[in-house]
Amino acid sequence: MNKSSLTKKAIASPYMLWSVIFIIVPLIFVVYYSVTDADGAFTLDYVRNIGHYRDIMLNSIWLGFVATVISLVIAYPLAYIMARSSLNVQRTMMMLVMLPMWMNLLIRTYSLMIILQDTGIINTALSAIGLPRLKMINTDGAVILGMVYNYIPYMILPLYSIMAKLDHGLIEAAEDLGANKLQVLRKVVLPLSLPGIASGFTMVFVPSVSTFYISKKLGGNTVSLIGDIIEMQFKSSNNYNLGAALSLVLMLMIVVCMAVMNRFASDDDDGGVLI
Amino acid sequence: MEDNGIIISLDKISKKFDDEVILDNIDLEIRDKEFITFLGPSGCGKTTMLRIIAGFLEADSGRVMFEGKDINSLPPHKRQVNTIFQRYQLFPHLNVYENVAFGLRNKRMKEKDISKKVEEMLSLVNLKGFQRRNVASLSGGQQQRVAIARALAVEPRVLLLDEPLAALDLKLRKDMQVELKNIQKRLGITFIFVTHDQQEALSMSDRVVVMNEGKIQQIGTPLDIYNEPKNAFVADFIGESNILDGVMLDDFKAKFSGAVFQCLDKGFAVNESVDIVIRPEDVDVVPVKEGAILGTITSNTFKGVHFEMIVDIQNFKWMIQTTDYYPVGTRIGIEIEPDAIHVMKKSEYSGMFGDYSSFSDELEKLSDVTEEEE
Amino acid sequence: MKRKMSPLAKLYIALIIVFLYAPIVVMIVFSFNSSVSTSVMSGFSTRWYTSLFHDEGTMKALVNTLILAVSSSLIATVMGTAAAVGINAMKNKWIKRTTMSVTNIPMMNPEIVTGISMMLLFVFAAKLLGIADALGFWTMLIAHVTFNLPYVILSVLPKLRQMDPRLPEAAMDLGCTPIQAFFKVTLPSIMTGITSGLMMSFTLSLDDFVISYFTQGPSFETLPIRIFSMTKKRVTPDMYALSTLIFITILFLLVLLNVLQIRGEKKLKNKLDKGVR
Repeated sequence: MNKSSLTKKAIASPYMLWSVIFIIVPLIFVVYYSVTDADGAFTLDYVRNIGHYRDIMLNSIWLGFVATVISLVIAYPLAYIMARSSLNVQRTMMMLVMLPMWMNLLIRTYSLMIILQDTGIINTALSAIGLPRLKMINTDGAVILGMVYNYIPYMILPLYSIMAKLDHGLIEAAEDLGANKLQVLRKVVLPLSLPGIASGFTMVFVPSVSTFYISKKLGGNTVSLIGDIIEMQFKSSNNYNLGAALSLVLMLMIVVCMAVMNRFASDDDDGGVLI
Repeated sequence: MEDNGIIISLDKISKKFDDEVILDNIDLEIRDKEFITFLGPSGCGKTTMLRIIAGFLEADSGRVMFEGKDINSLPPHKRQVNTIFQRYQLFPHLNVYENVAFGLRNKRMKEKDISKKVEEMLSLVNLKGFQRRNVASLSGGQQQRVAIARALAVEPRVLLLDEPLAALDLKLRKDMQVELKNIQKRLGITFIFVTHDQQEALSMSDRVVVMNEGKIQQIGTPLDIYNEPKNAFVADFIGESNILDGVMLDDFKAKFSGAVFQCLDKGFAVNESVDIVIRPEDVDVVPVKEGAILGTITSNTFKGVHFEMIVDIQNFKWMIQTTDYYPVGTRIGIEIEPDAIHVMKKSEYSGMFGDYSSFSDELEKLSDVTEEEE
Repeated sequence: MKRKMSPLAKLYIALIIVFLYAPIVVMIVFSFNSSVSTSVMSGFSTRWYTSLFHDEGTMKALVNTLILAVSSSLIATVMGTAAAVGINAMKNKWIKRTTMSVTNIPMMNPEIVTGISMMLLFVFAAKLLGIADALGFWTMLIAHVTFNLPYVILSVLPKLRQMDPRLPEAAMDLGCTPIQAFFKVTLPSIMTGITSGLMMSFTLSLDDFVISYFTQGPSFETLPIRIFSMTKKRVTPDMYALSTLIFITILFLLVLLNVLQIRGEKKLKNKLDKGVR
């Protein structure tokens, strides 16, 4: 017995070693690079210079937040309808929602770009029927659309899975106690689906805030996000130290946003929303 | 029981699920302030009937009337009935206080009145001081009490209870039976109780509705149902019974197992074949030469208060309960008093029940388990 | 019980499906365009498919992607399953919680941060060891294994928790050594978790762009990386042809998986029905 439990513990050691070297140490490097210069000497210049990118950061958070909220608003009714439909419909819908996710993000974003372009399908169609062309590509709206389009399945899935698990008897109990449809939604379904909202929020917000490809393709030169700046430091300017400092800030920013979000989500007296 | 008006009546209710008939043309009148129980095996339609009354299901045909008004299209939240669910369905995100207050808030009552009402309800179910507790931290019995308080807080005219005691252990179940009965008497409202446990039904109800295969088999007081079962199904389902093939020779004269007995039943045609019900505790064991009929004991089990014997009488296995011990293999004589013989008309259930040839305690327990999984 | 959907609900679902699939349909349609345009359809042709199959770079990238996905998901599955068994057996709450928090980092962290942090490690190690072109297959493999591991662990752990801890004990009682007990009893009961972890790792690895992008070198190009460099310039419809093929393959696999699953459930149901009778 003792021996077997010892082997069982030992069996996790390759992973633990791996996670120290390839998860923890790299994060230490991010910190190390952000407080040193190209020659490896200690400096706080890069951290201090981050103030220059304040507007870009705020804009990243803002666009990510808007995209997440839009995803939530669209996904919530869908998840509710899905969870309450027949098993076959549920299965088919799950497949239809997941299928686009299996397409590469680059491809999905690119086809969106083709549609929105100044000479794209929508504008070609508009001018064919004599209407003025619309300026869609390279706007905030296009970037938000790209985020919603790419990440909305991450919102639908957790919402759906929590609502599918929701005991239908609780809805009946609420109706039995005189709650109408709206009250059932507000007092039972919504509070019980909060954990799903929280995890969907995280799963859409994090990749949206940190994206660089979506903003590059759909925002062009007019919309730059923090991800674009970081990518530039590593891939073209070769300024790893600034890139590391920016990444560090991005990471902290997301932690703060999530903490705020969780505080907000678990705002009832028992305070026990688990994610 | 006082004579009260009719509060709910079911008028020719039928319901099918996937072409399977669950309720078949049910007519039933439920009196105000009575404790009525729907009793039957799983799948007999009792829960469906309850859900139709609550408004969670709509009947395919027929009408549900509340005090003479058709409430077929009234949604659950507008009906003056409330339900205690089998698994309680307490809201996990709300504490005890908020669960009980749930229905009151839907009525937009003043906070002061709500808190007074919640207080009152919690003391009714002996849960004073539990207001702030998380419902997940409560025991099964306590959750049950919260469910009762929550449903009663909105002052329903009729309380529906869907096998509410099924999840409790035996001791707790007995206590809750008494307590529910007391609550019903105190509040003076109608209770409609659903169960598959005949003992529970008999001990709590003013009237019992025995159901099987979507049909009502018998309606009556617990005593009526036990003493005067209408057919072999009821006789078998309620308590233990030996159900024998017999013939009514004349009024007060029944012939079965090769002998003629005096009985209290009349009004059958001469020589009409009938089902005879004899309860195991009503059989008198006498010396062989005094017995009207004779049998051999094939098994004998000590049950505490009595012995339970299986006796072979002309290849029909009887169950007989006695307080005296007889070893297996003994030949005994049997005598039956006239008031212990109950004569029933033949029905679709004749010949299906009442023979103990394949009986064993173990089987009995197994069938109980499958039932509770419903 | 069957529940009917209201027309409004149906319309809502239809709108979302259109939203999700419009770009994909556009892509499929234009993959058959006879001209280079991606906005005006000038005629039907399969020339982009032909040119795709003659594009050696793309075919090489496809092979590379598969090699990377297979090897990284296998390594992650073996190491992750072992880790899950170990974590499950841990008695010390503090160590357990810390391990789980570390496991969550690659899932919660933005991909770009995971990517650059590993890149920094590799670049630093390469400088230290004096290697010129450190970034390539091996660095990508390490990166992919790292981001796959949490998914494997998190799909195996719940299965281990669900399993009755008495089961291996029963096996040992009947004469199995602890190792035999693991392979004969524990492994079969957590198999569904292991396979779903493997499948998830495989697809994540196939699809990954961001982390690959930062840990990749010119010596080893995967499909997403190639697509990225192609979309930097103006894209010709052969990329659409490639995407269409990928889409159809995935669609086929998903449908197949679903059919198998439904058939399996039916079989089980039949068996159960027969058992009851």
